[in-house]
Amino acid sequence: MQLHELTVGQATKLLRRREVCAREITMAVLERIEALDERIGAYLAVTADLALAQADAADKIIASGQSGSLTGIPMALKDLICTAGVATTCGSRILEHFVPPYDATVVSRLADAGVVLVGKLNMDEFAMGSTCEHSAFRPTRNPWNPDLIPGGSSGGSAAAVSADLCLAALGSDTGGSIRQPAAHCGVVGLKPTYGRVSRYGLVAFASSLDQIGPLTKDVTDCALVLGAIAGHDPADSTSVPREVPDYTSFLQKGIQGMRLGLPREYYGLEGLDGEVAAAVRAAVARLEEMGAVTVDVSLPHTEYGVAAYYIIAPAEASSNLARYDGVKYGRRNAGASLAEMYRQTRSAGFGAEVQRRILIGTYCLSAGYYDAYYRKASQVRTLISRDFAEAFARCDVIVAPVAPTAAFAIGEKVDDPLQMYLSDIFTLPANLAGIPGMSLPCGFTADGRPIGLQLLGRPFDEGTLLRLAYNFEQATDFHLRKPVL
Amino acid sequence: MSITRQDVIHVANLARLELDPAVIDDHVARLTEILEYVAKLNEVDTGGVEPTSHASEHTNAFREDVARPGLAPEHALRNAPESEEQQFVVPKIVG
Repeated sequence: MQLHELTVGQATKLLRRREVCAREITMAVLERIEALDERIGAYLAVTADLALAQADAADKIIASGQSGSLTGIPMALKDLICTAGVATTCGSRILEHFVPPYDATVVSRLADAGVVLVGKLNMDEFAMGSTCEHSAFRPTRNPWNPDLIPGGSSGGSAAAVSADLCLAALGSDTGGSIRQPAAHCGVVGLKPTYGRVSRYGLVAFASSLDQIGPLTKDVTDCALVLGAIAGHDPADSTSVPREVPDYTSFLQKGIQGMRLGLPREYYGLEGLDGEVAAAVRAAVARLEEMGAVTVDVSLPHTEYGVAAYYIIAPAEASSNLARYDGVKYGRRNAGASLAEMYRQTRSAGFGAEVQRRILIGTYCLSAGYYDAYYRKASQVRTLISRDFAEAFARCDVIVAPVAPTAAFAIGEKVDDPLQMYLSDIFTLPANLAGIPGMSLPCGFTADGRPIGLQLLGRPFDEGTLLRLAYNFEQATDFHLRKPVL
Repeated sequence: MSITRQDVIHVANLARLELDPAVIDDHVARLTEILEYVAKLNEVDTGGVEPTSHASEHTNAFREDVARPGLAPEHALRNAPESEEQQFVVPKIVG
């Protein structure tokens, strides 16, 4: 096995046994990026000098016997996570030259754990998109087939992990932006419970929905990275002061008697691709053989999730993105008056999809429309949350598809925003309800595109998702297959 | 629910966006399509249902009101498009 192919768990063991040093692993990853990323386009910036300096520091720490949980592990971050001194663009022209003066809390936590930062990863602009085609800088290609989208908005993160261009990555998930690209690229992705991970230093898209989470090569790595970033942070008042368990301690437990809820509205969805449905059903059958039991559950407001989300998320975005005014940071285009400067800056700085969502959100919040749109959507959100609470009274984990289809061709849906939004139907509800959701590989289409299995859990029950996922992973080899590059 | 060019221009102005005249018709078409779709929420009886504005289990986060170190002026100004004497410079506002 070559060093860039290592999982976090494997690398940690080799580093502790001194069979390899952090500099060697980091060098291998940097060489891999150099050789392949021109074709894939996962990275917006590679921080090679910083990475080598951090790797040397990690080797000294390892030599002193003071290793943290991720000492010497090369990771990369979606480019909306602020890194002090390293440009953070959010995939947007408006932040093209923005260099944050501080680190996001997750960045400080990874640094404390010993992580080596190899770079910043591509994304749909301001995390608005499901394909990475809305990056202002470049599209990212799916490592399994360069003609396909990698998913989005954390498409750079998923592609980089899939192609061994880092050992693990962080992404963010507002409506599926970790889980959907993880599914399309054949890697593991987890959106934690709302409040589990600090968002201080995460560029805001929709504040009541956004969460940061890991994208990794396997479930063990997911548990390791989540453990390093989770926990209360006084700098994010929405983060919750709950103890962080050792997530790896859940993995070895079996799943005998675990109740898997199968929402009838999901499996009966018109538009659910036959191969995706078959792979998910085969995964459920496998889990039953291993001792889990299935329960029929209902999420009756499923068909309203997309509509509620595409009011709430743009409304919050239109408010959050008001800060990009050309005054304190980011791009400025000249204008004779202050208002003219705002208009010129924002019109030149934001791409088409971001402008579209600002327009939707502004419209829904504008005088006379607030009750009909935002308030109505927020009430439906309550009903969607209740659906989950009722379902979790009857089951421990909900098992579902991640996306209705496997990855599609670059350009196929780029001009049809509503069709694109509809493909988020299985992932958005977890954000609206604030519950944790996970994607892991469960098969391939006949033409070799990865298919993801989604697990949804009770609030703060990431441990049970990881336990179920680990048991499935141990019984299958989907996570071991690699794209040919 | 259909919206007009005038609606789009009005909303764009509220959001401080100046739309290229060539793309306004496309925005009208797409926004109409999206608003027609989200109108399906009217099928749901939400009488007496409290709205949810966030999914957090706790409602407030208090801390002691004590001064803490903040961003130094030179750091706060480092990304400014234009600054002078530790201040952000903007186009003239008052005449």
